[in-house]
Amino acid sequence: MSARSFVTSPAAALAARRGRGDERPPGEPRRIGYLYLLPALLVFGAFVLAPLVHAFWLSLFDWDGITAGHWVGLHNYQDVLSDQALRTAFGHALILLIFYAGLPVAIGLMLAGVIARVQVRGLPLFRVVLFLPQVVAMVVVAVMWRMIYDPGNGPINTALRGVGLDGLAKSWLGDFGVALPAVGLIGTWVMYGLAMVLLTAGVQKIPPSLYDAARVDGAGAVREFLAVTLPALRGEIAVALTLTTIAALRNFDLVYITTKGGPGDATSVPAFQVYQRAFETGKVGSAAAIGIVLAALIFTITVAINRVAERGTGARR
Amino acid sequence: MTSRREQSVAYAILGVFSLLAILPILGIVVTAMQQPGGLAGFGSFDGFHVDNFRRAWEQGNFGSYLKSSGIVSVSVVAISTVLSILAGYAFGLMRFRGSEILFYIFLLGLMVPMEAMIVPLYYDLRDLRLTDTYWALILPQAGTSIAFGTFWMRAFFRTVPRSLVEAARIDGASSWLVLWRVLMPLARPAVLTMMVLLFMWTWNEFLLALVMVTDEGLRTAPLGLSFFQGRNQADLTLLAAGACIVALPVVVLYVFLQRHFIRGMLSGAVKG
Repeated sequence: MSARSFVTSPAAALAARRGRGDERPPGEPRRIGYLYLLPALLVFGAFVLAPLVHAFWLSLFDWDGITAGHWVGLHNYQDVLSDQALRTAFGHALILLIFYAGLPVAIGLMLAGVIARVQVRGLPLFRVVLFLPQVVAMVVVAVMWRMIYDPGNGPINTALRGVGLDGLAKSWLGDFGVALPAVGLIGTWVMYGLAMVLLTAGVQKIPPSLYDAARVDGAGAVREFLAVTLPALRGEIAVALTLTTIAALRNFDLVYITTKGGPGDATSVPAFQVYQRAFETGKVGSAAAIGIVLAALIFTITVAINRVAERGTGARR
Repeated sequence: MTSRREQSVAYAILGVFSLLAILPILGIVVTAMQQPGGLAGFGSFDGFHVDNFRRAWEQGNFGSYLKSSGIVSVSVVAISTVLSILAGYAFGLMRFRGSEILFYIFLLGLMVPMEAMIVPLYYDLRDLRLTDTYWALILPQAGTSIAFGTFWMRAFFRTVPRSLVEAARIDGASSWLVLWRVLMPLARPAVLTMMVLLFMWTWNEFLLALVMVTDEGLRTAPLGLSFFQGRNQADLTLLAAGACIVALPVVVLYVFLQRHFIRGMLSGAVKG
């Protein structure tokens, strides 16, 4: 039995919780279930739920981590909207969404559109290679790309100088104008393989009869893509967008290693602000609030994406 | 448009993006084998100096970092796997009051990123005098891993034919025996996929280690690499060799079990 056949994404499960009558466990009533659940619940409760509640509690205080904190209510949350540094960080997160989620899904769709119309051999091999960036630790990826972007002897600048474009060579991660896109492109590099593999797997499940029908109707490549491929890939697009969006919002390792939020605050992102405020500048309450906002954002976006995808497959219910 | 032309387009896209994916990785492997001493840049080439890996292992202390990562990863995977199987079994095949709401709490926890929990975790574990121990790395990671594992195993147990469980029960098998004797042989592929994902996530985790550990002897591989980068700016070769060492265990596992990796991640696996 393949693992593939039984799991849908957690977000999809959450989004789909209404309107499914068959969501009841098949077993008979059994008290012993609590016993099986208990160990997991204890660890999960102590190290996920309790910290989450505690984070919310901390977020209501102005606390430097050492002296007594004082109650500020929801002020730390207002700061997310009004504090310039935080607005900048969340703004950057939005821009990174284009690089982490937008570009990879677009690349994946482009490939899916072509593959829908032809037979391609060797796909499993391509898949293994395309997926490789996903399994390399983000810290390693960051160290690697710092070398690639190196202003002195990095291959990008070396190549530019080699063809006489010295003017274009720059300090990619140290330049106010290009540092954020430079970091974003690393995210694109990590995520596009996942999107491609996901979407090509989806395309291969589309019944060929749909394409035959479209061709009988005289649809061209573009019409076929819009009328058949795109709607059929709704579920896969939702999963791809969910995974890439979460990666974009959680982006800490990459920023910490490549730029530490700099130059200035050019690559500052919320996850980095959490770390900096909690452990470097003594704004623990604010850090906790940003963490909670991030969690809420991730939750809302995943559920929203999957609700939209669900609606599209309404016929199946 | 002929289908032959479209086929070439498909191969071109696949080829270009596969190259883009693998070139940086090959680049860092080659860089790791260049003449040490500060002249090498990423992608430069002057032969193969494999000795760099040994020097990174010893001078860069990567042997110690790998040991820490190994201890943490194996512990997290072992604890989470067992507890997730038990909890997934309860959610998937038993009915008890509150099971629905409890399951949604797990599901919610699954989407909470480490960034949201790290601040209180640090202060809580410090108060318990657990920072700067392996426990500070193992327990929180096990918590998030169990959220994922429980979800994963529940999904598997729901696909098990009820008749199988019922037949075993009629034969008088206890729920414990049903789980380990009847269901586990079937669950092996699903469990392996889960373990592979949990191992990768734990091995690659950075923020938790950065916050919880100051003792050099406890540093995990990604954390050790980030410190190594900080104090070794001049010589790229050792840094590249260190990066390769850090990535290697998961990459090797990926080469052998790539189906499990891809299958697992394609199913939309997310973990906080």
